[in-house]
Amino acid sequence: MIPMIPLVTASSVAFWVCGPIAVLCALGLLLARKPVHAAISVAGVMIAIAVLYAAQDAPFLFVIQIVVYTGAILMMFLFVVMLVGVDSSDSVVETLKGHRIASTLVAIGLGILLISAVGQFTLGREPAGLAEANDAYGGNIQSLAALLFTKYVFLFEATAALLITAAVGAMLLAHGERLKKKVSQSEQLEDRVRSYAEDGVSPTPLPNSGVFARSNAISTPALLPDGSVAEKSVSRTLTMRGALVNVEELRSATNAAYAVLEARDAEIEGDDE
Amino acid sequence: MNPEGFLVLSAILFVIGLAGFLLRRNAIIAFMSIELMLNSTNLAFVGFARFHGNLEGELAAFFVMVVAAAEVVVGLAVIVAVYRARRSASVDDANLMKF
Amino acid sequence: MQLLETVSAFASPGLMVWLLIAIPLACSAILLLAGKATDAWGHLLATAAVAVSFVLGVVLFVQLLGSPAEARSINTGVYEWIATGSWKVEFGFQADQLSILFVLLITGVGTLIHIYSIGYMAHDDRRRRFFAYLNLFIAAMLILVLADNYLVLFLGWEGVGLASYLLISFWAHKPSASKAGNKAFIVNRVGDLGLSMAIFTMFAQFGSVRFEDVNAGAGELTPLWATLIGVFLLIGACGKSAQFPLQSWLLDAMEGPTPVSALIHAATMVTAGVYLVVRSNAIYAVAPIAQTAVVVIGTITLLFGAWIGTSKDDIKKVLAGSTMSQIGYMMLAAGLGPIGASFAIFHLLTHGFFKANMFLGAGSVMHGMNDDVDMRHYGGLAKAMKVTFLTFAMGYLAIIGFPFTAGFFSKDHIIEAAFEHSTLIGVLALVGAGITAFYMTRLMMMTFFGSQRWQKGVHPHESPAVMTVPLILLAIASIIGGLVMNNWIQEWLEPTTGQVAHEASLLHFTTIGWITLAVVAVGVALGWILYRGETATVQPPTRNPLVYAGRNDLFGDAVNEYAVIRPTLATAEGLATFDHAVVDGAARGSATVASGLGQWLRKAENGYSRTYGLVLAAGLLVLGVVMWLGQLG
Repeated sequence: MIPMIPLVTASSVAFWVCGPIAVLCALGLLLARKPVHAAISVAGVMIAIAVLYAAQDAPFLFVIQIVVYTGAILMMFLFVVMLVGVDSSDSVVETLKGHRIASTLVAIGLGILLISAVGQFTLGREPAGLAEANDAYGGNIQSLAALLFTKYVFLFEATAALLITAAVGAMLLAHGERLKKKVSQSEQLEDRVRSYAEDGVSPTPLPNSGVFARSNAISTPALLPDGSVAEKSVSRTLTMRGALVNVEELRSATNAAYAVLEARDAEIEGDDE
Repeated sequence: MNPEGFLVLSAILFVIGLAGFLLRRNAIIAFMSIELMLNSTNLAFVGFARFHGNLEGELAAFFVMVVAAAEVVVGLAVIVAVYRARRSASVDDANLMKF
Repeated sequence: MQLLETVSAFASPGLMVWLLIAIPLACSAILLLAGKATDAWGHLLATAAVAVSFVLGVVLFVQLLGSPAEARSINTGVYEWIATGSWKVEFGFQADQLSILFVLLITGVGTLIHIYSIGYMAHDDRRRRFFAYLNLFIAAMLILVLADNYLVLFLGWEGVGLASYLLISFWAHKPSASKAGNKAFIVNRVGDLGLSMAIFTMFAQFGSVRFEDVNAGAGELTPLWATLIGVFLLIGACGKSAQFPLQSWLLDAMEGPTPVSALIHAATMVTAGVYLVVRSNAIYAVAPIAQTAVVVIGTITLLFGAWIGTSKDDIKKVLAGSTMSQIGYMMLAAGLGPIGASFAIFHLLTHGFFKANMFLGAGSVMHGMNDDVDMRHYGGLAKAMKVTFLTFAMGYLAIIGFPFTAGFFSKDHIIEAAFEHSTLIGVLALVGAGITAFYMTRLMMMTFFGSQRWQKGVHPHESPAVMTVPLILLAIASIIGGLVMNNWIQEWLEPTTGQVAHEASLLHFTTIGWITLAVVAVGVALGWILYRGETATVQPPTRNPLVYAGRNDLFGDAVNEYAVIRPTLATAEGLATFDHAVVDGAARGSATVASGLGQWLRKAENGYSRTYGLVLAAGLLVLGVVMWLGQLG
């Protein structure tokens, strides 16, 4: 039975929607000044391509493309962009003489060559479709797995070795050398005591922030035994910003509460009389 | 949908990726351009897989992704190391290996 | 004779020939290798070694005398030296009539000079070394004259060259001495080239260099090859015997110690060229052109040497000029063929006696005059050094050819033979004899007579007995040497020099003999008249071109300078310039091109990964286009 061939298939709809999106996003990568924008554009390309995979009877790759590529790899790019400096942007001025024109010409030339190579011939028939291949093991994923773990098992193992090597290599490369000797605890102690002896710097930690019934935030200053505020118990930055909680306010609530209680006590005692 | 369209799209994306690699000085963007080129080839792989009714094209795309992941891991580590040493992510600044 | 017979009883002739050479050679090696340990007695050992060689030589001589004429040649092969394919060169010796006379001259005069040197070199720190070199010389010279083929002869030839070089520059701390040694060595190389070419030619023509084979095969040579070999041999002889045009080294060789001048540069080594020509008489017999060349060279040299002798003030250089002149006589005689060859050897022997005598006498004079060699500082020494004077006078009489002295017989025979050959050559030889008489008289007058022109602090005294005894012995030989050998030597040498047809009796005075005596008398008279008066202590400037030329060694050095050294240097410089400009230029030019290209190409390696990427992509594009075009085709 010859299946009906529809004029417009879902596949071609997907192509004509996602193809332009992919090209536009790719141009975004090429033209964006900031790396972050470029990364976002690439994410767009990846997703568009993922959709095209789906349209091409490749559900497994569709998922992988989104999860692994867009989700993992691209996010790693973003991490590095953040690490290197999110604000940095490329200078527009080309430093290499004639490089921009030559690169553009070569790229366009290569594009024309590739496209004309594609246009040189027609494949001459409609795609065979993957239905048969997928059905061999009961689905796309199963069939892929069968191929991967039988015919290409050694290649698969080799990629495992490649990945572990890459991981170790990345750790090695990103590992920073310690430039100074690590200061030990006893040395820290000695330094602290020495600075106390020489400069009078207190060897003990700074006092905690105040702990009140209604607040123990770092913006609440501690009180000394005489009721005055301990300056060192709060960050100077907060003091400068005027973000300190007014101790009197905290106190007033307590005092008010105590006053109510004392009034009630007095009332009770008065009733007894 | 016939596969020629996918091939043309693949070629366009590849060329844009190539241009990105050649024109952009930021190492991270150059890297992303390479990823773009790899993806464009994956697209062609998948298109051919469907055309031939053979899953090996999809499998090739899968392996390309794995290798790309490994490459990205090492490449980004290199970028970080270079950045740490030279405070720069420009590929033009790493030009000591010359005449 | 009892002793000699005892010795020869247990020593075969071959062994004796071998020992004759080995003893001085071993002694030389001992003295050189053992070093300072032998300082105390080294000179005595060396003298003893030569004396033993002399005794062995005498024993051999007596044996040969006792043998019938056809058996008077002892051939002994020591070992096979070189054997490649059909070539075979034996390291062999041959003691025949000619060789044995040389052996006696070398070891006899050598022994006397060794004894003399003990006294002469007494105050030299390096006396042991000197004696080691002298012994080396004796051994090499014996190899030269006892060789049974030209290659072994060449070994000895080079050996004496080495010894001569070492001894001329013995006082190498004097730049003039080391220069003179180099000069002798280098000029001798030219002669050695001639000899080696002759040996090559012989190998090519005869396949052997044995004297026997060469003599036997000479008759079959084509005239061209015979002439070539003859001329090559003559070049070799010219180098070693200081013949024109290779004469310039001999005068400078007087820088060496006087015993060396007496032994090597008067009595023995310089006569090796004459030996070579006489030994090769078979070749010259079939090469009239080469023979004429020998005669011409000999004549030119005898006049040149005499000319130089007349104008030098250095006593040793006068004697050196005289030596050149006398060897010229020998060459002339040797070139005359069988007629003259035996006279050449005769004169060689007598000359060995009287010239060694006079050189040693000159050394004795120098010894008494604080090593001053300028005759203008001598004068009146006859009374101060009686023995030296008397012995020198014997040598003087012998060299001018005073009747019945050694030179009288030997030289007169040569002049007569020359007249038989050609009147022109005879007249020139006669003139040479007159000049000889003149310059020898001049030397005698300036040295032993006249006023005392001694420098301050010089107190002439007679030399010790160790020096005068050899002088006396040589003086006796100078007087009687001619008488003893005159009648005998021609017959003795006949087997080696060829047929003789020349009357030479003791009292046979020919017309030419009388004329010669007259010419000599004129020369003596001239010398006496010119030099009986006062002599300036400083050499006066001269306008006489003949004297000027003589004082400058007839411009031999200048000729060498302009004819050989300058062109050689110019060629070398031209080649060096060529090398620098063209060869180096090409090499460096290609290097410059390569490095320039590299300089230009390395710009491509600019360190920018983007540029590399661009080139990569461009290459990909080109490749793609090419493939596409290929598809289209």
